[in-house]
Amino acid sequence: MITTVATPLAAATTYITRSHAVAARELAGEMMIMSATDSTLFSLNETATLIWNAADGKTSLRDIVENKICHEFEIDSETAYRDAEALVSSLASLGILQLSSEPTSAKN
Amino acid sequence: MSLITDLNRKALDRGVPLSVHLDVTYRCNERCEHCYLEHDGDGEMSTTEIKSALDQLAAAGVFFLTISGGEPLIRPDIFEIIEYARSLGFNVKLKTNAILIREREARRLRELNVEQVQISVYSHRAQVHDGISKVPGSLYRTIRGIRLLKAHGLKVTIANVLMKGNLDDAEGVRQLAKEVGAHYTLDPTITPMMNGDTSLLALRISSESLRTVFTDSTLVGSVEEFCAPPTAIDEDTLEGYPCSAGHTAAYVSPWGDVYPCVQFPLTCGNVREQNFLDIWKNSPQFNEVRAIRGKHLTTCSSCSHLGSCTRCPGLAWMEGNMRGPSTADCEKSFIRTNIPTANMLKRGYTDAQAFAASDDTMLQPRLRGASRPLIQILPAR
Repeated sequence: MITTVATPLAAATTYITRSHAVAARELAGEMMIMSATDSTLFSLNETATLIWNAADGKTSLRDIVENKICHEFEIDSETAYRDAEALVSSLASLGILQLSSEPTSAKN
Repeated sequence: MSLITDLNRKALDRGVPLSVHLDVTYRCNERCEHCYLEHDGDGEMSTTEIKSALDQLAAAGVFFLTISGGEPLIRPDIFEIIEYARSLGFNVKLKTNAILIREREARRLRELNVEQVQISVYSHRAQVHDGISKVPGSLYRTIRGIRLLKAHGLKVTIANVLMKGNLDDAEGVRQLAKEVGAHYTLDPTITPMMNGDTSLLALRISSESLRTVFTDSTLVGSVEEFCAPPTAIDEDTLEGYPCSAGHTAAYVSPWGDVYPCVQFPLTCGNVREQNFLDIWKNSPQFNEVRAIRGKHLTTCSSCSHLGSCTRCPGLAWMEGNMRGPSTADCEKSFIRTNIPTANMLKRGYTDAQAFAASDDTMLQPRLRGASRPLIQILPAR
């Protein structure tokens, strides 16, 4: 499980894209991710898995939080967004997620 | 508990096939003298059929995918297959002899984020390696491929199969691996051919040589730990299952046949005719394999080595009984510890050399047999 807490993102609107350099498979609601560059294995919890699955580079993090997290977990959007920011920063620092201020296209 | 242990436990509890070994062809550009395959390519799966199989594996939850052969790079569509596998999220490991890897191939494998490449090297000396592969110049080309892969940042493992012909070169290959920055494994396992021909077993190193390997700390790490006497059998051991074959791992042949393991060629179904997940969940063969616990093993359940033996159910099956002993592993357990196994005592042997030299070693495989490293010895760091 990713537990690293990172600094909130600077960009007002953030788009997230899954890295091409990882392998990923969902097992029992949690996402297993292995980096091809250093063979590190990660496991994302259920919430992080929702964000990972929605990281298509085209949907903003704000929309992902609103439509996936708040809808699923009945949490207020600002709290959820702050948590999501910290999570995606952590994943980006580990090289398994890419951040951008513009929409991109996601492909493996 | 480590993440990988946790992952395996979750997969086991939920009946998920976490790892699959897919041989995309049995054709090969080498003719290694210890190879268990016949290199027939007739009727192997097309690109479309392999992609369909990969779709099925992904849907079943497979995460770790080993692509091997034969020589997988002999297929002109190999990069299309790997690219498709990566698009489905698999962690891909490639097994190759690297002869066909040049700059373009190395770059492509890096671009596709193949997690690691395993390459067989039998000696650091061309006359020995090429003598085993039966291809002049093969060591040169294999090392060239390894260097290109490393230059592109890929993780490479050099796998050495120890047999009579290269017995003196284990250290030379280890030094070669160190020089090129590769991981290194050494495996003394030689198994019968798929067609049942047991003549390959003559290539096995002697019990005495195996003992030398098992007591070499540069190869096995702590000899005291590696050769420790077996621990007492407890309830967990008796209720435990022999290995991951059929529990969290499976094998798919170039023709789509599904086995519990490459070393356990018990046909459970075929992905050309039946969905992989259906085979995995409902095949009587898989269910029979899964039902076996330590306490169900004939002979082995009363063996003091039960908890520490590397017993291979596939090799046992090839000897005639998937619940029976795997004789080659009996020998290894004895050589490591100098404590006879229940199988040896039952057959009246207390001496490993007499046991290994006896005609009942490995017997006659009743069906097609295959092999992959059974014991891997990691070099001391």
